Amino acid sequence: MTVALSGKDIAARVEEKLPGSLEDSGDDYLLVKADSLVAVAEFLKNTESLNFDYFNFVTAVDYYSYFEVVYRLESVEHNHSIVIKTRCYDRDNPAVPSLAGLWQGANFQEREVYDLMGIKFEGHPNLKRMFLWDGFEGHPLRKDWNK
Amino acid sequence: MEVGEERRYIYSAEEIDRYEGQLIEDLKARSTEPIPDPDTWLEEEGKRHIMLTTVDTVINWAKRSSIWPVICFPACCAFEFIAAEGPRFDLSRFGMEILRASPRQADLMITAGTLTWKMAPNVHRIYNQMPEPKWVIAMGACAISGGIFRSSYAVVPGYNRIIPVDVYVPGCPPRPEALIYAVQMLQKKIAREKVVPDLPEFLQKGK
Repeated sequence: MTVALSGKDIAARVEEKLPGSLEDSGDDYLLVKADSLVAVAEFLKNTESLNFDYFNFVTAVDYYSYFEVVYRLESVEHNHSIVIKTRCYDRDNPAVPSLAGLWQGANFQEREVYDLMGIKFEGHPNLKRMFLWDGFEGHPLRKDWNK
Repeated sequence: MEVGEERRYIYSAEEIDRYEGQLIEDLKARSTEPIPDPDTWLEEEGKRHIMLTTVDTVINWAKRSSIWPVICFPACCAFEFIAAEGPRFDLSRFGMEILRASPRQADLMITAGTLTWKMAPNVHRIYNQMPEPKWVIAMGACAISGGIFRSSYAVVPGYNRIIPVDVYVPGCPPRPEALIYAVQMLQKKIAREKVVPDLPEFLQKGK
């Protein structure tokens, strides 16, 4: 079975390499600052012993005062996984950097999050609505969205 | 959507997306209005000059004895319908053993499942392609009212927002017996139909 790596251990390694890039870390997640997300993701992907080569999913949670974007990365080679999160506090114009340049699998999923939650992924090659049509008002999975 | 002559059949992905979205928006806008009766073309004056005797009975017998359903299964109620269709519950007793893949050869639409707004234009088109006379059985809670997904942004709250429904079958999903009972009710409804609707009472058979 896939081993979920300890967030604390990974956080120590990330802090060593990229100081000041993390906001917080728990037993099973890393909370990354939005502006250093790409650097941390690149580190996780390209470090020999971590080698997260498979982008499992990205999703987003609406906590009213901020949005939290959640990524789950896996390594097919080592059969382990990690959850990284990042927050965007600007509710009117939430944005996080796109990871589609690192993992192709992020391309469609980031479009889905953009479609339903309205979070902009900066640097995404084709950020358009995924399921709903162009011209649909609002983003329906937000807590304050209603018909 | 306005497209110039030189590129009439060349659409970009955005144009198709906007066009499809417009179809859905139109359906949504129309969904709260009553669906017009297809018999309204027949005026009162015309009705008074038509008299039918027992031919109604023969036509209705022919109609109700072989109702062919169209394949339109958007979701999980389809499995109960497949069970009802299969040998154990055996809908073919009612002349319904043939599921038509083409709506042009079908009389009945059994709406087995949740309908999303994205799918609604296609279901509407399937219904429009069916030849008259045609009937609709709304099968399951989602088909009646949207069911547990009613408050979702993506789900049509009942098929009767899109197409006229004859018989409603509650259940989530309904048992095959319930579906068979609904078919029998539909057959009773067809047996009472008039070729010319709303004939004056004194002209009707046996009165």
